Amino acid sequence: MTSSPPAVEFERVSKTFPAASGAVRALDDVSFTVEQGEFFALLGPNGAGKTTLISVLAGLARPTSGTARVLGFDVTRDYREARSRLGVVPQELVFDPFFTVRETLELQARYYGVREAGPWIDELLTQLDLTHKARANMRALSGGMKRRVMVGQALVHKPPVIVLDEPTAGVDVELRQNLWAFMKRLNGEGHTIILTTHYLEEAESLCTRVAMLKAGRLVALDSTERLLRGVGGVSVEISAERLPEALAESATLQASGAFGFTLPDHAALEGVLAAFRSAGVSVRELRVGGADLEQAFLRLTARDAGTA
Amino acid sequence: MDMTRKPAIARGTILGPGFRALLGKEVLRFWKVALQTIVAPVVTTLLYLLIFSHVLDEHVRVYDGRVAYTAFLVPGLIMMSMLQNAFANSSSSLIQSKMMRNLIFILLPPITSLEIYLAYVLGAVLRGLAVGFGVWLVTLPFVPWHALVPDHPLWNVAFAVFGSSAMGTLGLIAGIWSEKFDHLAVFQNFFIMPLTFLSGVFYSIHSLPVFWQTVSHLNPFFYMIDGFRYGFFGAADVSPWLSLAILLLFNLVLSAVALRLLATGYKLRS
Ligand SMILES: Nc1ncnc2c1ncn2[C@@H]1O[C@H](COP(=O)(O)OP(=O)(O)O)[C@@H](O)[C@H]1O
Ligand SMILES: [Mg+2]
Repeated sequence: MTSSPPAVEFERVSKTFPAASGAVRALDDVSFTVEQGEFFALLGPNGAGKTTLISVLAGLARPTSGTARVLGFDVTRDYREARSRLGVVPQELVFDPFFTVRETLELQARYYGVREAGPWIDELLTQLDLTHKARANMRALSGGMKRRVMVGQALVHKPPVIVLDEPTAGVDVELRQNLWAFMKRLNGEGHTIILTTHYLEEAESLCTRVAMLKAGRLVALDSTERLLRGVGGVSVEISAERLPEALAESATLQASGAFGFTLPDHAALEGVLAAFRSAGVSVRELRVGGADLEQAFLRLTARDAGTA
Repeated sequence: MDMTRKPAIARGTILGPGFRALLGKEVLRFWKVALQTIVAPVVTTLLYLLIFSHVLDEHVRVYDGRVAYTAFLVPGLIMMSMLQNAFANSSSSLIQSKMMRNLIFILLPPITSLEIYLAYVLGAVLRGLAVGFGVWLVTLPFVPWHALVPDHPLWNVAFAVFGSSAMGTLGLIAGIWSEKFDHLAVFQNFFIMPLTFLSGVFYSIHSLPVFWQTVSHLNPFFYMIDGFRYGFFGAADVSPWLSLAILLLFNLVLSAVALRLLATGYKLRS
């Protein structure tokens, strides 16, 4: 083991679930690494295998083949070391109706052997805006509050690696902002953060690197920036009298009446404008939309479907 | 925030903090609702005693007439209530966590199979002992004093603890196997109830026809009840050593099964 192992490693992880209608291959030979200190997004449509991959990491599911490691510790062989370094917020909203919010957090801290968890639990309650609900029974909380308690439960032992599986589902916008501010702070303090989300804009604004899964396979793994530049391209809308002949193939007519182009990068805009100039058509208005992960994602998954 | 990379649990620890936390939770779970988990079974058992002793005490004497029926019945009832409640404790705790899907909160932390097993089983034993002690207390007024002070209390303790641990383990297995309350009810109604009732709680098996005596000897619950009774009277249907050996073997087999299920994650981890 090197002195500074990656936060998370997946090595050729496959997972097949037995099912009545033939086996489901939820993960198919997935390999990638997340370095310490990264803010990392795991994206993919429903059923892509994100939760299964997290379950393998957390020891909730055993891989059919392959291995996963947390800070160098094998999640099967060295599971105690691996799990004590990992904090997972499960996707499913679950709670124990037997306890209050504070008791829930205290009990979870004891499971991890945290001594004198009090001050940190106080801080978690503050950060998650739950102080006023500390003595409320879990049953009495709204869905968003329960979700925040689950975030607290994942953080009671100050794990160096934090995984959030769609943590903002059902959480309102303001709280989502608070949660991300908190995660940014933890990331700034050295925690590695991995999240899965349906809200691509979240991944876009928070994460430095992205992995995309589709049907159990890794279809992209890159820095968010490069992914946007390389795959997503730039969307451009041009309002003009007419479309130059040379561009007939590449343009789409927008609802606004403008012509839309999806370009690989900003440099390609030069060629489009040149075509307008040489056709003698003057450009009335030009709007350049930033590329976003949504487009990148659609393109990647579409491309993948084409080759499948 | 300090970023300690040191594990909170030292390598080589056999029973770590997770075990104590889980045991604490298991005890709290029944203690907080003691009215249902301790008082109710004590009252039910007392009703059995009142009805059966009222009907039979005048007519039946046991162990060649040395022991009055009510005195004979009480140890059996104490043991039966302990066994049933030990089973109920671990099985219902587990099935509730599975149904509520919050079992994940003990599957995520670094808790070993052995720790999970021991926490659930010890929780069940403590519930069994609490109920057994309660039954003993409330039956004191109904039986001559000398009949309810054990002659050999160490035997009582051994059978109470190992009987409850066997049933706590069986409850753990049933809880792992069951996917809903119905499954657990099947286990309880078609397995636990008949075997406890047919184990000689209400009669000495020597009063049975030979065939049924033989059948009773195949019932592990018979040895639990019989050995526990020996502690009170110094008399039983079979030797307490034989009963203890069978009970320990029963424990061994059940715990091997439970530990195997936990280690492989059967129905708990996918
Ligand atoms: N316990 C399970 N048993 C059978 N199939 C499962 C199980 N868990 C997940 N799957 C299947 O595996 C695939 C991936 O699911 P999941 O990991 O939940 O995807 P995601 O989190 O990306 O939405 C899906 O086809 C899902 O139906
Ligand atoms: Mg999911």
